Formats: sequence, structure tokens, C-alpha cells
Amino acid sequence: MTVNMTKGQAISLQKNDGGTLTAVRMGLGWQAAPRRGLFGSRTREIDLDASAVLFADKQPVDVVFFRHLVSDDGSVRHTGDNLVGGAGQGGDDEAVLVDLARVPVHIDQIVFTVNSFTGQTFQEVQNAFCRLVDETNGQELARYTLAGGGQYTAQIMAKVHRAGQGWQMTALGTPANGRTFQDLMPAILPHL
Amino acid sequence: MTAELVRGQNHPLSRARLEIRVSAGGPVVAGAVLCDEHGRAAGPEQVAHPGAPVLPGLEVSRQAAADHRLAVDLDVLPEAVHRVDVLLALPSGAGGPARFGAVAAPFVAVTGVDGTGIASYTVTGLDSETAVVALELYRRQGAWKVRAVGQGYAGGLAELLTDLGLADRAHRIAGDVHEAVARGIARSVPAPHPAGSSDLLRQPAAPAAASDQGGATPHGAPGPVPPQPVPPQPPGSPCGPQSTPASGTPQPGRPADPTGPAAPRQPDPAAPQPGHPAGTGRSAPAAAAGPGGGRIDYSHPGRRPAAAPTPQPAAPQTGPDGPARPVAGDATGWSMDERLYNQVWGMFEDLARATAAYRSAVDFAESRREQELDKVLSDPRSRIGGRGDAAREAARAKHDQLVDRAREALDRDLAQLTAEAEVVEPALPPAYAGWDNPVWHGYRVPMELPMALRLGDLRLPESGGLRIPMLVRLPLERGLWIDSGRAASPEGMSADSGTVRRLAMDTAVAHAARLLAVHPPGEFAVHVVDAAGAGAPSLAPLVRTGVLAGAPATGAAGVDDVLTRLTERVDLVQMAVRGGAADALPPGLDTAAQLLIVNDFPHGFDDRAVTRLRYLADEGPAVGVHLMLVADREDAAAYGPLLDPLWRSLLRLTPVADDHLIDPWVGHAWTYEPALVPPGSQVLEQVLTRLAETRRSWGR
Repeated sequence: MTVNMTKGQAISLQKNDGGTLTAVRMGLGWQAAPRRGLFGSRTREIDLDASAVLFADKQPVDVVFFRHLVSDDGSVRHTGDNLVGGAGQGGDDEAVLVDLARVPVHIDQIVFTVNSFTGQTFQEVQNAFCRLVDETNGQELARYTLAGGGQYTAQIMAKVHRAGQGWQMTALGTPANGRTFQDLMPAILPHL
Repeated sequence: MTAELVRGQNHPLSRARLEIRVSAGGPVVAGAVLCDEHGRAAGPEQVAHPGAPVLPGLEVSRQAAADHRLAVDLDVLPEAVHRVDVLLALPSGAGGPARFGAVAAPFVAVTGVDGTGIASYTVTGLDSETAVVALELYRRQGAWKVRAVGQGYAGGLAELLTDLGLADRAHRIAGDVHEAVARGIARSVPAPHPAGSSDLLRQPAAPAAASDQGGATPHGAPGPVPPQPVPPQPPGSPCGPQSTPASGTPQPGRPADPTGPAAPRQPDPAAPQPGHPAGTGRSAPAAAAGPGGGRIDYSHPGRRPAAAPTPQPAAPQTGPDGPARPVAGDATGWSMDERLYNQVWGMFEDLARATAAYRSAVDFAESRREQELDKVLSDPRSRIGGRGDAAREAARAKHDQLVDRAREALDRDLAQLTAEAEVVEPALPPAYAGWDNPVWHGYRVPMELPMALRLGDLRLPESGGLRIPMLVRLPLERGLWIDSGRAASPEGMSADSGTVRRLAMDTAVAHAARLLAVHPPGEFAVHVVDAAGAGAPSLAPLVRTGVLAGAPATGAAGVDDVLTRLTERVDLVQMAVRGGAADALPPGLDTAAQLLIVNDFPHGFDDRAVTRLRYLADEGPAVGVHLMLVADREDAAAYGPLLDPLWRSLLRLTPVADDHLIDPWVGHAWTYEPALVPPGSQVLEQVLTRLAETRRSWGR
């Protein structure tokens, strides 16, 4: 029911009437896969974390993640850490909201990442998805399915970057490994 | 579940009898075109429009309206039809919006006849178009599907029809459509309910068949009724809860106007709607109605329903010309008090963050310029000719450009916050208002404790004339320390020590008077320890009006006496609270909160008294005993680090502007200016006199 973006695909966030997209949300939802074996009913809790890294001229300037929920300028907000997932039952368990009009002028790229804090690979999560939504009308711009994503513990989802007067979004979808966004920095840099 | 389609997306249709529901921000014409497998219409008879509303398997409404329901029966459609294009067009003629960009994005939903949602699509991104193909239903390998198209035509209906292979007759059909619509308009009374939307107010919508006044639409009214824009409803009138007497300001154009967001819901009189699709997620407009709006929003504020996009609310927060005009009390809360408190804190946070954005951009610009200049310097090639100079110039230009843009963004934010402050300040209740606010002249003793108290103003170097009220919650969580030492700021340096001490005591008295004034009578008592009597001139207003619990205590004996009484009180209340026996307190005990003002600490304090004071500072706030120390830390240097915890436990305020307060979000150093009585003003005495009178009349 939605556009599944392909790797490297770029979507302009500029609207036809010249107005640009003003607010986007990266939503992340997941459920832990049930464990097989003796205590099959026990599910292991999985903690996925959504982060957004703000770059100015390829230098990281600010980051929004579960320990810093609002960027200093207030333009990027994290809705709070969810340690177990599944609460939304198909809705977003964690979300990062970006108010594009308020992003400071020197920030030219914002990279969204997902990490498995508890270390499970994406094979062990169920119904995991990550999507980008236009906050103003609730329209989904892109969606990735993370489940079955192989032996990776992180993914560099997408970047939102300035293009002319407006913003553009590029799907990255690069798998990586790491506990928090810091471990992903080497993997992010080639995408800037 | 309803599938939210995005442009170009398709969705299978499981049933043959369908309804297509359209809701738009204003009246639109809805029609449909039956096309063959090549996407071309065989002739004008294949176009269903208000002039020819019924075709086999298809029926559209006869009028322009904000809401439409088109009926489609796929099984009845002729075999030759492979595609049904659902189109929307703006009615031509006077008064209507001239382009789709000027109205809220139309919302189209495909539902079963019982109203169950199948697919929906919000036609976004339209601008100068006046006609649009919203959806197409098409046959693919024997099964029907729906696709979100959203193809707009600036040339209007004629251009749209030309595209569908009706080139030669397109203009005639388009003319028929508009003529039929005009007839439909003439038949009905104009009354598009004013939506309170800036768009609609500026461009009065063409009188539509749709009317919010239920069945009052007289069909077949004799003679053509000229379209007449309906004057906008007096704004703000339905916002009863906001307009408490405390605010005193009119609230123009408040988006909470309950009729505003509901405008697209106008029923279509041609098809009275039993059971409007409930699943179309109206919560977003309802949420936009804001706090205290006319309608109650039961949706969870934190979670938006993922399904069903809504047509953009007809009353957007920001009009196309810029941000909406700010309104006092535009925040969440149960009372006006709470809303204003939250609004002020919201402004505080916004200013902190806007400044952080500016500072980080400037820092970045500077560090980039330094790096680039370094690179030029270390590059041997740049020493030849003018290349180095050019590179240096370029680096500087890049810096200046970025700084200019950052300043522009900051100025925009500041302008908005200043505009907000201009409406918020006059609306503040006494507890939140400065002494210069006229609200203090109409002061009445309150019957309940306000949420917070203004202790002064906060500003940043970048913020220009903008001042944020510094509100602290009541009851106080920590004591206050009015620093009578010489501050580091220029004003503090220039003043001599005696003047600063006098100013500090004046500040303390202003704060204490404020605390007294905002408490209900008998719920707050102020004790003063002024060991050397040095504060007597400043204390005069408090003493003269008789609002103190007792005369200022002087000398070592006086200090000891006041401390003993307060310590005893703290002990008793603590015991009672811990033992769960609040009714066991002695009958004579004063239940009011207590404030102890200590001037010239540690003058007149022996070691025992200092220990007691520390005890009060530690244990007092929990049981309603607060400290206000007027002291210079230097004077207490003899105690060494012994008193450090005491100083740390108090909120330090200065009698002159000083930047020592840190905000909780970004950590800027804010310049604090105490809330002082304007020179020559009698407001303090008036307020205290009124307070004393009320107390006497209450017998307390």
C-alpha cells in the first residue's frame, strides 16, 4: 500500500506550487520474533533505536537520538526511546520529527539511521519497518521493511538534504553494524 | 482497512458497487468520463457531469459542492468501457477560488455502498490547476482497480477533456458543465458557511449548494439569487473558555473556531448523507482546533492514526502570507493561567533554540572560514599572483553569506516571538505580569494560589528588545538568594557596595510583596530578620502597610527568636506529616506558608543561628517555610566551605541585570533583570494597602 523506495532513489520534497515540505517524520516500528525452543512463548526483547545526524558541510554538528531527544535548535525531535517495540502494533514505536523550516541554515544534510541497541540482527525482528512520512498530511513518502535484512544490526536509512531552495530525500538503505549512531559514522561518511 | 494511496499507486477493487466520496475545502464540480481501452472517450455522451448526471452504471451530483458522493456500478458499465476517470473542477464564475492551490487539498475516497473504506487519496500538490483527474477506475485482466492520478490541468476542464480525446467538443462540454453548475447555484441559496479560514475569507467561496444550515436550503427558490459572499462570523466568539476576564484581549481569528475545521464536512443536499464515513480520520482538523476549542477531541494526542489522510484543514495555522497572528493563551492547559504559563515557557524554549540555531550557524561559518584561510596560507601556489587573495576573498564571502542567512532566520523567529510577546504581556495575570503592567492597578486579592510567579525578565544578547518573563512555580521549591555582592556586569561594577545593598533589599521587598499579593489572604506570612536595621528604608512599604507577620527582628535576640519559632514550626509539621497525624498539630499553629527574609546575612548570626538557618533551608521548603537571603557571599567567607551547600540550594537572583541563569535546553547564559517597581510608581504600596484591607475584612 505504499511506495517502497529503492536504494539510491531520490524524491524531491518540493511541491508543485513552489512550497516545500515543511515537516517529515521518520517512524520506526517492530516486534520481537518469538524464540524457538523449549520456552517458545518467551520473546526476547529487542531495542531498536532511531537516530538522526545533522551535518554541515560533511561535518557532524548535532545528533538526535535517545540520549539527546531534541536538537539544540529544536528543529529535530525524537519522540522518546522505546525499549521493546511492538507497542504500536503496526504504528510507529519510535519517531524522529524534523521541522524543515526551522533547521539552521548551515545544516545541509540530515541522515536517518536505525540501530539494534540490544545487538540482535534484523533477522530476529518481526514486522520491522521504517518509513518516512510527510507530517503535514500523514502521507507516507517511503517505506523499508527491515525484517529479513540479514546479518546486520544497523541500517543507514535515508538522508534529507538541501537542494536549491527546498529539500530532497534520498533513500540510502545501506546495511551496517553498530550499537549506536556513533558506530555508523564511518559508514555514513561515504553517503554525504 | 482503507488504503491510503499516493499519486500513481493502484489498489484492487473487490466489489462492483462503489461510492466515490469527495471532500474539498470549497465547492467543486465532480464528474466522470467513461473511456475505452485506449483511454479515450467515444463522445460527449460518455461524460457524466452536472448537466448530464446519469450514465449507465454511473451517477454524479448535479451541483458544485464541497462534498460529493458519486455512485458507480462497475457491473453495469458497458463492455466497451475500460476506464472511468473521476474528475474535479472548480466552478467558473465570480467569487470562487481561481485555482486549486488556493483551497485545501481535495480528498477522494472509494468506499462500498455501506461506507466501508477501500482506498483514499488526497490530491496534493495542486497549484494553478482548475481541473484535475483525481482517480481512475480501470479494468485490468477482467478485474477492476483504482489508481490515484492527481493530474491537474491549468487550462481547466476543456484541456482535461481534450486530453481524453474530445478535442473538438471539449469546449462545448466544458461550457455545458459550467452552465449546469451556474443553474445549480441559482437554484440554491448561497451560504457556504464561513469556514473561518484565511483562504476562504480572502476569496469568498462561490455560493455552493452545500450549506451547513442543514435542510434549510430552499430548493427552487424563485429567480436567480446573486452570489453573495457571506460576511465572516465574528471571530473568536465561540471561544468562551479562553476569554476569561483575566485575558481581557480579543482573540482574533483563533483557529479554534469550532466551525472552521468542520467546513469540509458540509453535507451535500443533493444526497443527504446518513452515516458519513467515520473512518476518514478527522482527528487532524480536530486537533488543529487546539485547546479549549468548541469540540472535544478524543484522539490520543501522541499518536496520530496512521490510516486515512485528511484533507488539509481549511484553517491552516499559517496562512500563505506568513505565520498566523499570535494569540495569548495559545498553549495547552486546563485554565488560562496554565495556558499562559505554558505559552511563556514555550516562547522561552523557542527563543533558546532559535538563538542556538543562529549561534551554531555562525560558529560553523567562522570555523569554516578559518579552515579555508589556513588552507590558502599553507598552499604555496597561492603566494603567486592574486590567487591567494581571491581564495581569501571567497572564504570571507562564504562566511558572510552564511551568517547573513542565519541572521535572517533569527530575525524572522524574533519577529514572530516579539509579536507573540506583544499579545501575551497584556494578557498576563498579576502573578505573571511585571510591576509596570496596568493589571496591577486593578489588583484584587486572589482566592487561590496561581501556578507561578514572575521574578523578572530574561533576555539574550541576540534577542534585541524581546524579554521573556521568568516564571517560577509556586509554591517555591527552593529559597531565593538576592545577591548583594557586586555583580560582574557593567551595571554592577559601576555601583558602589552600599547602592548594591540597597538595590538588593529593594529587590527582595519587591519579590516578597509579589509573593504576598498573589497568595490568598492568610495563606502566606512574611518574617523579616534585619539584624542591623540596615534594610529599614527598603522595608518601609511592608512595615507601613502592616502586611508582615511581625516587626522586623533586630539584634541577636531577635534573630534567635524568629529562628526558634520557625524551626519549631518545621519540626512540628514534619512530625505531623511523617506520623500521618496532621490534625494533632496544636490549634494555635499558623498553617500559612512562611517566608523568612534575612537581610545582611551573616550579620547578627552566631554559629548556632547559622546551623538553624541551614536546617530551615534544607527542611523548610517541604513544609512551606521558605528563605529569602539578601547577602553578599564575600561577607560569609569566614565560614569557608561550610555554607557552600546553603548557597547552592538557593536560587540566585541579582538586583541588577546579570547573566547567570542557564536555560534547561541548550545552556545559554541568560541575562536576568529583576521585576522591580518602576521609579516613582506607587503601585507596590497600593497593592499592599489593598491586601491589608482585605485581610482586615477577612479577620486574618
